[in-house]
Amino acid sequence: MAKSLFEEKLSSGKFLVTTEVGPPKGTDISELVHHIDLLKDRVDAINVTDHQSSVMRYPSLGGCLLVKERGGEPILQMTCRDRNRMALEADLLLADSRGIHNVLALTGDSVDIGDHPEVKPVFDIESVQLIRMIRTLESGKDAAGNDLKGAPSFCIGASVHPGADFIEPQLIKFEKKIAAGAQFFQTQGVFDLASLRRFMQYASQFNVKILAGIIVLASARMAKYMNENVPGIIVPKEVVEELATAEKGKGLQKGIEIAVRLIRGIREERLCDGVHIMAVGNERIVPEIIERAIEERVPSQGR
Amino acid sequence: MIVAEQKPVDEIERMIVPYERVLILGCGTCVTVCNAGGEREVSFLREALQLAAAKNAGESHVFSEYTVKRQCDEEFLDPIAPQVETVDAVLSLGCGVGVQSLAARFPDTVVLPGVNTSFLGMAQEVGIWDERCTACGDCRLDETAGICPITRCTKGILNGPCAGTKNGKCEVNKEMDCAWILIYRRLERLGQLDKMRRYYPPRNYRPIPRPRRIRAFAKLAPVGGNHG
Repeated sequence: MAKSLFEEKLSSGKFLVTTEVGPPKGTDISELVHHIDLLKDRVDAINVTDHQSSVMRYPSLGGCLLVKERGGEPILQMTCRDRNRMALEADLLLADSRGIHNVLALTGDSVDIGDHPEVKPVFDIESVQLIRMIRTLESGKDAAGNDLKGAPSFCIGASVHPGADFIEPQLIKFEKKIAAGAQFFQTQGVFDLASLRRFMQYASQFNVKILAGIIVLASARMAKYMNENVPGIIVPKEVVEELATAEKGKGLQKGIEIAVRLIRGIREERLCDGVHIMAVGNERIVPEIIERAIEERVPSQGR
Repeated sequence: MIVAEQKPVDEIERMIVPYERVLILGCGTCVTVCNAGGEREVSFLREALQLAAAKNAGESHVFSEYTVKRQCDEEFLDPIAPQVETVDAVLSLGCGVGVQSLAARFPDTVVLPGVNTSFLGMAQEVGIWDERCTACGDCRLDETAGICPITRCTKGILNGPCAGTKNGKCEVNKEMDCAWILIYRRLERLGQLDKMRRYYPPRNYRPIPRPRRIRAFAKLAPVGGNHG
């Protein structure tokens, strides 16, 4: 039996679409709920980010509970930055008991880049070890080898960076994540099909599902900012230049156009198993991207 | 060696306000090499503090200076006992170990830290020291080509680089090499990339609870438990 609805979809052969929502900084969850409602029936699963970019927010687990409540399929993003093994295990037990059975196991960004640079970074374990730990919990034992009364079960995802400027060490880690038990990958932002093609030539030998990360850029300035400041993001020069051609105020439309083109390209070439759309603050435009790229309607005029 | 950095003079000034007679005590070992607390720094600091005290009318200090070979060794502290007895406070330019060693040796004297003890490291070039060892108590340098990921990777992770690395540099500092890229390149050069493909389990933090103690003879002469 599949561990989750999303795991079932992973083996369905269908082109998968996931997206992500970022919880609020504070207790006002109205916008988060609005985004969940907007997206839950349009995608195969919704990731909830875990203090993305090391900025303190409402927790991923809380967001996943909301996704469940609203009838969506959540993917719990779990980083090792803020919790040691005990805390991670406890959150996994809670997640399982509340019907959250998809986890994206991540190491997490450094605290230095976020809004609490003075806190103690934990990193008791990292992504590969987290995946193994989840599999250990599933076997009925905790990380210290003690018996559990009731074992959780998870469909485990991980991250990989096809566009890394030095790919070999990343590929070694990718294989270690697979050996540890990762079933699917949501990649870091992909901005050109060539790098994804190269990556898939290598990755397709493994029995895992790959969802290409699509970051929707809203302007050339944002792309440059991300290149400078966001770990691992490499927006190619051509993409920055294309964004720069957008008229004032039309940057996001250009970004949508680029995302739609990428997703269509991926589907046409059957490059990988799906896409993971990251709209970074512009969640409202995700349905439009899906309509134009996946549902194959003719784009309405004026776009 | 232990690398330290002298505290800002104004911080030291505030620290010594209550004490009239202050002995500025240097250390002739690590902090001398890293230009933080040797004989030369003691004398510069004395001049700086005297100048500052002169500006602040009403504040009077009597400074004396001395540098011992090693503050962390009691045998080098015994000879300065008479001098210490004549002052209100000792401003130590030794590392944190030196400060505590003085405090233990002179229970009736106030001891103040004049440097921030930073790390275990080495000189990279003149005037630049880099951290190399965390003293984690569980050395794995055989597995990582002699480059320590626990110290030199900002996350201290064990199974390869995170995805934040760009141009071989770290996500938190564009000037700082990514330890895992260095490890990869050196393992490749040594023909030992299989070491990077291995899975490394989570660290055992049990050797690390503080404070740690090493008994030199414990392993040479085991007591009891002869399973032969």
